[in-house]
Amino acid sequence: MENVSNQEIKQFIVFKLGSEEYGIDILHVQNIERVLSITRVPKAPFFIKGVINLRGEIIPVMSLRLKFNLEADEFTDDTRIIIVRIDDSQIGMIVDEVKEVLQLSTDSIENVQGVSGITSDIHLNFIQGVGKVNNNIVTLLNIKNLIDSISADTVEVL
Amino acid sequence: MDMSQYLEIFIEESKEHLQSLNESLLQLENEPGNMPILNEVFRVAHTLKGMSGTMGYTRMQNLTHNMENVLSEIRNGHIVADSNLLDVLFKCLDALESYVDEITNTGKEGNEEYSDIINNLTNILSGKFNGPEKSETKDIKESEIETPATDTIGSVTSTDDFGETIDIKDALLTDFETNAVKEAFARNYNVYQVHIFLNHGCVLKSARAFIVFRALESHGDIIKSTPKVEDIEDEKFEFDFTVIVISKDSKEVFEKDLLSIAEVDQVIIKNVTISDGIALSETQEQKAIQKPVEIEEQISQDRNLDNGSDDRDASSKTKRKAGKTVRVDIDRLDTLMNLVSELIIIKTRLEGIERDKTNQNYNEAVEYLERITTSLHDAVMKVRMVPVERVFNRFPRMIRDLSRKLDKEIELIMSGEDTELDRTVIDEIGDPLIHLLRNAADHGLETKEERINSGKPEVGHVYLRAYQDGNNVVIEVEDDGKGINVNKIKQKAIERGAITHDGAANMSDQDIIELLFKPSFSTSENISDISGRGVGLDVVKTKIEALGGDIEVKSELGKGSKFIIRLPLTLAIIQALMVRLGEEKYAIPLNTIQNIEDVNVSDIQYVQKQEVILLRNQLIPIIYLEDILDVPKKEQRDMITVVIVKKGEKQVGFVVDGLIGQQEIVIKSLGKYLSGIKMIAGATILGDGEVALILDINTLV
Repeated sequence: MENVSNQEIKQFIVFKLGSEEYGIDILHVQNIERVLSITRVPKAPFFIKGVINLRGEIIPVMSLRLKFNLEADEFTDDTRIIIVRIDDSQIGMIVDEVKEVLQLSTDSIENVQGVSGITSDIHLNFIQGVGKVNNNIVTLLNIKNLIDSISADTVEVL
Repeated sequence: MDMSQYLEIFIEESKEHLQSLNESLLQLENEPGNMPILNEVFRVAHTLKGMSGTMGYTRMQNLTHNMENVLSEIRNGHIVADSNLLDVLFKCLDALESYVDEITNTGKEGNEEYSDIINNLTNILSGKFNGPEKSETKDIKESEIETPATDTIGSVTSTDDFGETIDIKDALLTDFETNAVKEAFARNYNVYQVHIFLNHGCVLKSARAFIVFRALESHGDIIKSTPKVEDIEDEKFEFDFTVIVISKDSKEVFEKDLLSIAEVDQVIIKNVTISDGIALSETQEQKAIQKPVEIEEQISQDRNLDNGSDDRDASSKTKRKAGKTVRVDIDRLDTLMNLVSELIIIKTRLEGIERDKTNQNYNEAVEYLERITTSLHDAVMKVRMVPVERVFNRFPRMIRDLSRKLDKEIELIMSGEDTELDRTVIDEIGDPLIHLLRNAADHGLETKEERINSGKPEVGHVYLRAYQDGNNVVIEVEDDGKGINVNKIKQKAIERGAITHDGAANMSDQDIIELLFKPSFSTSENISDISGRGVGLDVVKTKIEALGGDIEVKSELGKGSKFIIRLPLTLAIIQALMVRLGEEKYAIPLNTIQNIEDVNVSDIQYVQKQEVILLRNQLIPIIYLEDILDVPKKEQRDMITVVIVKKGEKQVGFVVDGLIGQQEIVIKSLGKYLSGIKMIAGATILGDGEVALILDINTLV
């Protein structure tokens, strides 16, 4: 529809929360870990499960389910923590299952305004777009906005 | 030529020079006629001019050049260094500092010309001095001796005075050397002082100097070199050095020979003569070339050359401590520190395993490992330690400015500048100290009249002391001013609704003074631009607590006040008591803990709904940590374990479910997302890889 140079290929890590599939830009993902022992942090925002020790570094871990107002996590063999890095800070996100690395050309990513309703639970600000793969729909998260909102939440706790 | 590789060196050296300029200017203000100091100021300005010129920072060069002109006139005795003039010089210093800042940030000097300062400088020159008459007999050669880097300016006359001859007294020789010169004269040898300027682009300075020396030696004997030969071999000199040579050959031969050496830009040769009674001001002028900083120690001990010995004493004081040092990026040190921390964690883990084993060899190995990690930790910590001097050295200037602004005579007395603190603390402690010093000068000290009326000496004193006390470093800011007026604070607090009348009656003076640390509490009636804008001591307190320290005040009405800051020696690794709350583990810094008591639940009493225990006749309020920390599982018990912590004068008992033991822990930050949780100071990784949180006692008490 537009010229070829716009058809940049982007890669996303696709994971599941409940029955829905989400994607995160692979450039933000540091690594993916099995569930480690999480230490609760008092007075943290409700969706922060605590902190983990990842090879000597203390990293906060958030529950995406709680953040998106879904029911609380149940840890299974498939549960993973995706460690993302934004502006030199790392944070872990608990997801039900990590599925695959998805390659999408930019023109197969649809702007989110057109498909509102599907993702009513999530603040629109957290969504970068929707990717279509065959008949599946993957909600692509805007990690930066999502993470930035944490700082705002933490301040409220004070 | 690509200068970028020298940028870092330029910045570092400029900062050092500016610092020494700052110190010298302050000294100069006290002793306006002190020639060695003046020479030092001049030398720094000159060096900066050369450096900035080499790096292509023409604006900075221009400013220093103008400074130099004025300084030169002061040296000649044509202008008196009064405090107005020093104000201008201080402004120059500020301007230079902002140039260097700009260069640090952007690599460029920026567009600011500081033309007002330059105008000031030129006005000073012309005002006192009516134009170009200034060139006296000696000034003739001056354009010639401009170092090549500064040639670009040219318009204003330079300032170094170089005569054709130099008296032996000014050559700063030892007895032995003097005798050698006399001997030479007796035998009809010529004695020259040869000043050699190397090209600023010269890379192997010492090698070049060696060639120069060889050339000189082919004509005669070198009896003295400034800097010392060893220093020249170690490249411990700028781009010029001076030697005294005895030779039969003529000046011209020397000049020709030396100038034929590559990278030698300029050679100034003077005859050394023996004569007495040259006017003092003149002799001292020559010393600028001599680099007072590098004069050999033995000279200042040599009382035979009385004429200038005072100067030399002073100049050897300004001598910088030179050690072999390496500049290391703080990030690299952090990495090293992190690795040491990891090692300590592993060591703790090994110690945990040890208990189950009976193998003697293994035990010994673990003990050995422990010793080594402890030493390693100490060593790394030491590397990170920086003397507080780094922060303190800007205060004399600040107090000077305040003193002028407030029209109070203030003397700042500092001690313990060599006390060392972790680099991270040093970087952060400056602002709080500035705040306290300003407070002391503005609110603490009375005006001149008030002081005289109350029978105090006119000059107010502010003391800034640093010393080590166990695992803490204490910094005190004390003034001998009017002290804190408790009633005034009380009134104000009641006015603002911070406390009630009845409440105030129950409060001790100390409690009331503590109110000063509450947000938006400034007692000064007059809001000035120095302090008293309502952002006050609470900010200081927050900052210091963020550094893991605390602050207290002692004050006596009419006599003065004293702010005492305690800071931990190290931020990264501390001794802590590990406690259990339900199934969770927490660390309490050991230095805050006073004692631990087992208390029967039935012994708990109530004072105004607050649970307290009575311990050695003291009522101590108790706090259930499990409630404050929302610990999910609560235990029922008959006996409680109470950890009593102390913060300043205050004691509080924390109820815990169990004690795990004392442990060396490595403090790690929770990261920026969780930094808002004040009651947690950080986290640490335990031997088994689990994370335990460290309680921030300051917030909890």
